Amino acid sequence: METTTLIGQLPEVTAAGVAIKAILILAIISAIAGFGTYLERKVLAFMQRRLGPTHVGPYGLLQIAADGIKLFTKEDIVPQHANSLIFKVAPVITAATAFIALAGVPVFPDFTIPEFIPVLGGTFVPSIASDVNVGILFVIGMMAAGLYGPLLAGMAQANKWGIIGAARTAIQFLSYEVVTGLSLLAPIMLVGSLSLIDFNEAQSGGITSWFIWQQPVAFVLFLIAGFAETNRTPFDLLEHEAEVISGYATEYSGMRWGMFFIGEYANMITISILAAVVFLGGYNDFGFIAGWIMILLKVAFFFFLMLWVRAAWPHVRPDQLMWLCWKVLMPIAVINVVVTGIVMMV
Amino acid sequence: MGLEQFKNRNVGTQEYKVLNLQESPKTPMAKFTQVAKRTFKGELFVGLGVTVREMFNALFRGQMHTVKYPLEKLPISPRYRAIHEMLRLLESGHYRCIGCGLCEKICISNCITMETRYDENQRKEVSEYTINFGRCIFCGYCAEVCPELAIVHGPRYETASEQRASFSLFEDMLTPIDKLSLQQEYDGFGAVSPNADENIKKTPLAY
Repeated sequence: METTTLIGQLPEVTAAGVAIKAILILAIISAIAGFGTYLERKVLAFMQRRLGPTHVGPYGLLQIAADGIKLFTKEDIVPQHANSLIFKVAPVITAATAFIALAGVPVFPDFTIPEFIPVLGGTFVPSIASDVNVGILFVIGMMAAGLYGPLLAGMAQANKWGIIGAARTAIQFLSYEVVTGLSLLAPIMLVGSLSLIDFNEAQSGGITSWFIWQQPVAFVLFLIAGFAETNRTPFDLLEHEAEVISGYATEYSGMRWGMFFIGEYANMITISILAAVVFLGGYNDFGFIAGWIMILLKVAFFFFLMLWVRAAWPHVRPDQLMWLCWKVLMPIAVINVVVTGIVMMV
Repeated sequence: MGLEQFKNRNVGTQEYKVLNLQESPKTPMAKFTQVAKRTFKGELFVGLGVTVREMFNALFRGQMHTVKYPLEKLPISPRYRAIHEMLRLLESGHYRCIGCGLCEKICISNCITMETRYDENQRKEVSEYTINFGRCIFCGYCAEVCPELAIVHGPRYETASEQRASFSLFEDMLTPIDKLSLQQEYDGFGAVSPNADENIKKTPLAY
């Protein structure tokens, strides 16, 4: 892979800068994940003409703190017949892979720490913690690895609902992964690179250069697969309360359950960033609006879309998900790739 | 939120729509066309539109359904039968009860106890009046039978208390004398109907 053009103009990325960025991502995304639960409850409530959390703090904002205190102080229960090691490791897999995936995508603008701050002054903190030149592959792979969390959790907890949840995880994993890869293949062919920075550069020519106009089919397919990847509503088979209690999370409580939750919300943010960077022009400036505001707006739109869809649509059966992914979406994705290839050749 | 929509019991006059459920397609081609039709019909976006419309209605048009119960309460019907209230005469401020004992007599669960005596003006005075709310079934007979509209049912339906006797003494139920101007006339069970004047007929004197 050729080196990206953006790196040349910017200061050198040091280990200290990457470390600071990693801490920033961990801290801020964890906080946003908590805030996301508040947003989700509020938006869902408004769409059902309810008020949502109102009593803890102004507009219920401190509900996050109350939930956090509750999660941290809850008794830590490991079921008697569960495989305790795997039971304890599974939530860590979900949370860790979600954050590792975030290392490969641009989160927040880059900045240099002012000189007057001792020790760390002058350190350049990059936008991407680790600008690997196979960014998309890395992120998608990490998020896919994250599904080991629900899978192992469901099988380790000696609970029939957990087993069903784990089986559904396997189904979901087998279904959406093909579509994600194939739908992203077409834009990757257009750009000729797997680096997210190259994607951003390729769409720097204003709104007409966004890939959503060249690849609308791939965008829709990626969005559908992304909903499946983050277990969001049309495809929330893993933990659908009305059917399988809490699915893979049935026996979990306290912070172990909270880690699944943080992982899920971090994944939602990752998918939103991926969709924004690959299809909606990334963090390029838009007229007078700065690039970092643009990507925040786009990510916020996709986040809201996920909540919106949850309020509006029913969810599908596992067999319907497999039917949809293998018999409908995958052929369309393949045709899309072939057509893109033909158009590029001609 | 007004009272009218809660009073509307006209089930059946609303506009119900019968869904046009067609038969499931049998052949593969019919199945395919159904899927294709549904895909491009945009039904999913109708759902999205409904939810976002309801969100705007709730946020900006005051159609939020939540009632923050202890802070705000739904209006109750004037015929609602909750904890009793003893009313006062508006002019003198004296309690209306004339000590006739009809409420005690008609009470089917025997929960009203009253003692009366003659005061210095040879007027009946209520010396003791209690309602045992452990027995009361809130049937409303006492309010209906009362000739003076003295004992009525109030709107206090939150009846949890530390002691059984909390609501039941005459002084507790009586309108406080300083709140006399706020005393609401009772138009529930036993009250004079709004069109009472129309129903009054001259008593024929000539046979």
